[in-house]
Amino acid sequence: MTHESPAPNSQPTMNRSAPVTASTVLELEQPLPLDCGQALVGARIAYETYGTLNGDRSNAVLICHATTGDQHVASPHPITGKPGWWDRTVGPGLPIDTDRFYVVCPNVLGSCMGTSGPSSPAPDGQPYAMRFPVITIRDMVRAHMALLDALGVEKLHSVVGGSMGGMQALSLAAHWPTRVERVLAIAATGEMPAQNIAFQEVGRQAVMADPNWQEGAYYGTGKSPDAGLAVARMAAHITYLSEATLSEKFGRRLQDRESKSFGFDADFQVESYLRYQGSAFTERFDANSYLYITRAMSYFDLADECGGQLADAFKASKARFCLVSFDTDWLYPTAESRKLAHALNAAGAPVSFVELSAPFGHDSFLLDVPELDRVIAGFLSK
Amino acid sequence: MTMLRPDLAIIADHVAPGSHVLDVGCGDGTLLAALRDERGCDARGMEIDAANVAHCVGLGLSVIQGDADRDLAIYPDGAFDYAILSQTLQTTHRPDLVLDHLLRIGRKAFVSFPNFAHWGVRLSLLWNGRMPVTRLLPVAWYETPNIHHLTIADFRAHLASRGITVEQSWFLSGDKLCSAAAANFRAEHAVFLLSRAAG
Repeated sequence: MTHESPAPNSQPTMNRSAPVTASTVLELEQPLPLDCGQALVGARIAYETYGTLNGDRSNAVLICHATTGDQHVASPHPITGKPGWWDRTVGPGLPIDTDRFYVVCPNVLGSCMGTSGPSSPAPDGQPYAMRFPVITIRDMVRAHMALLDALGVEKLHSVVGGSMGGMQALSLAAHWPTRVERVLAIAATGEMPAQNIAFQEVGRQAVMADPNWQEGAYYGTGKSPDAGLAVARMAAHITYLSEATLSEKFGRRLQDRESKSFGFDADFQVESYLRYQGSAFTERFDANSYLYITRAMSYFDLADECGGQLADAFKASKARFCLVSFDTDWLYPTAESRKLAHALNAAGAPVSFVELSAPFGHDSFLLDVPELDRVIAGFLSK
Repeated sequence: MTMLRPDLAIIADHVAPGSHVLDVGCGDGTLLAALRDERGCDARGMEIDAANVAHCVGLGLSVIQGDADRDLAIYPDGAFDYAILSQTLQTTHRPDLVLDHLLRIGRKAFVSFPNFAHWGVRLSLLWNGRMPVTRLLPVAWYETPNIHHLTIADFRAHLASRGITVEQSWFLSGDKLCSAAAANFRAEHAVFLLSRAAG
C-alpha cells in the first residue's frame, strides 16, 4: 500500500522540526528480512517517481543514491530547497530521459528521509536509535526490490547509481540477476577498500565521541551530536574532492581577512568552506543514519557474498554492464572499476568500462562532465 | 556492407557468423558494429581512447578502456573465437607479447598492419633520407603513434620463429588486393589470419 506523505519524518521525537517531503511512502506489509538475521517489521520506503510506466512495463529505471543522498533526484530537497541532486542528468530530454523512462528513486534503508532508519519509530513507538538492526547494501537493495514489486516492475530496463548507488546497482545485478537488463555503476567498487573503511571509521568515531550522541539515544533530548557529525562530514567531504579542486578553488587564500589571526578561527577559505559543509550537513542528516549507512558500505564485499570470486557474483546475470570511473577520484579509483571489468569479463558478461577525465574527484559523477552524459544516454538508449 | 576500411572489410567478410570476437584497438567501433549488425557476432572491444569508448557505448557496444600492452591479461584463455588487432600492432610497446596474448585469448587472430617495405616508403627513404610521411603513414616521426614499424617479411619471419600458423593472408595496394609473391614490395597493407599451430 502506498500513501502520500508528509508523514514519514514527522515523528514528534525528532529533535528539530520535521523535514517535509512530498515523496510517496510504501509501507511493507511483510517483514523485510535482513542479512544480520533479523527482519524489519513495518518497514517504510520513501521514494519518488518521474515519467510513466509504459504498457509492457519495460521502461523502468531504478536510480540508487549515494551515502547521504535521497529520493529527491530531480526535485527540490524539502529541507534545503536545493535542486535535486542529479537534476542535471534526470529529466525530460536529459541523459536519463523522463519522457521515455519511468524513473524510480527510493531513499535507502537506514536513511532519514522517510525510509525506515534509526530515527524511525520502532514497534514500541520510540525511535529505534541503536536498536535499529545493522544493515547491508544488499538489505538496501532488498527494500528496493520490495518497492519494485509494489510498483509492478518485474524487470528493470536499467539500474543506475554512483558511489554507494553503484554498489547497490552491482548488488542488484549479483543477487537479483533476472530483474535487470542494464547496469550502470559510476565511481563504484565491488568491495569497500581499506582506505575507505578507514575514513568512514574516523567519521563514525567523531559522531560517537560527541557527548550529545548519548549512545545514539539523543532523539527528543533537545541535544544531538551535530559537532561530531559535522566533523565526520568535513573529513568525508575532503575525500570527495581532488587535490586540484581544493588548490584551484581555495589555494592558501584567507577567509575575509588580510592576515593570519594567530588563533584557531577559520583563517583559510578551505577551512571556512569545510566548516560550512559540516554544519549545513547536520541540518539535513541524522547522525545515527550516518553511522548505519557507512557501516553498510564498509561491510560491502560482493566477492565474499558470492563464494569468494568476484566473477562468480555475475555468473547468473544476463545484463549488460557499464562501468565509469574518473581519473581524479582517489576514493573509488579506476583500479576498482577495472577489477570489476575483469570479473565481468571472466563471467562472460557484456561489459563496457571507461575512465573519464574530470577535475572534480569522486564528486565528478554529480557534476558537469559532458562525456559522462554521453555515456549514460548512450548506454541507456540501446 | 557499410563503408569499411578495406582491411576491416576483409576481416568482417572472413569472420564466421555468430562467433565471439574481441577487437583490440577497436577505435570508434566501426568494425564491431558491422560484426554485430551484419554477421550476428558477439563482438567486444578494447580501446585506449576514452572518447572512442564513450562513442562505442553510445552505439550499444561493449568496449573496455584499456591498453593492449597492459590489459589483455584480463581475458581468460580461449575466451573468443577471434581476436582482432587492426592497425594497432605497430603502435604497441611489445608487439610480440601482444601477439602471444591474441593467440591465447582467441582461437584465431586477425592482424593487420601497414607494410613499411612498400615501394613508396622505400623510395622516400632512399631519395630523401627522411622518415616517410605517406598516405598511410601521415604523421611525422616525432609524433607518430607507430613506434614499431614492420614489414611483411619481418612479420612472416616472426610467425615462423614462433611456430604461428598463417591460415590466410591478404595484401592491399590502395583498395585492391595484390599477390602474395611481391607483397613486401607492392602492398601498403597486410592482413593475416593466424592460429596457433596444433600441439
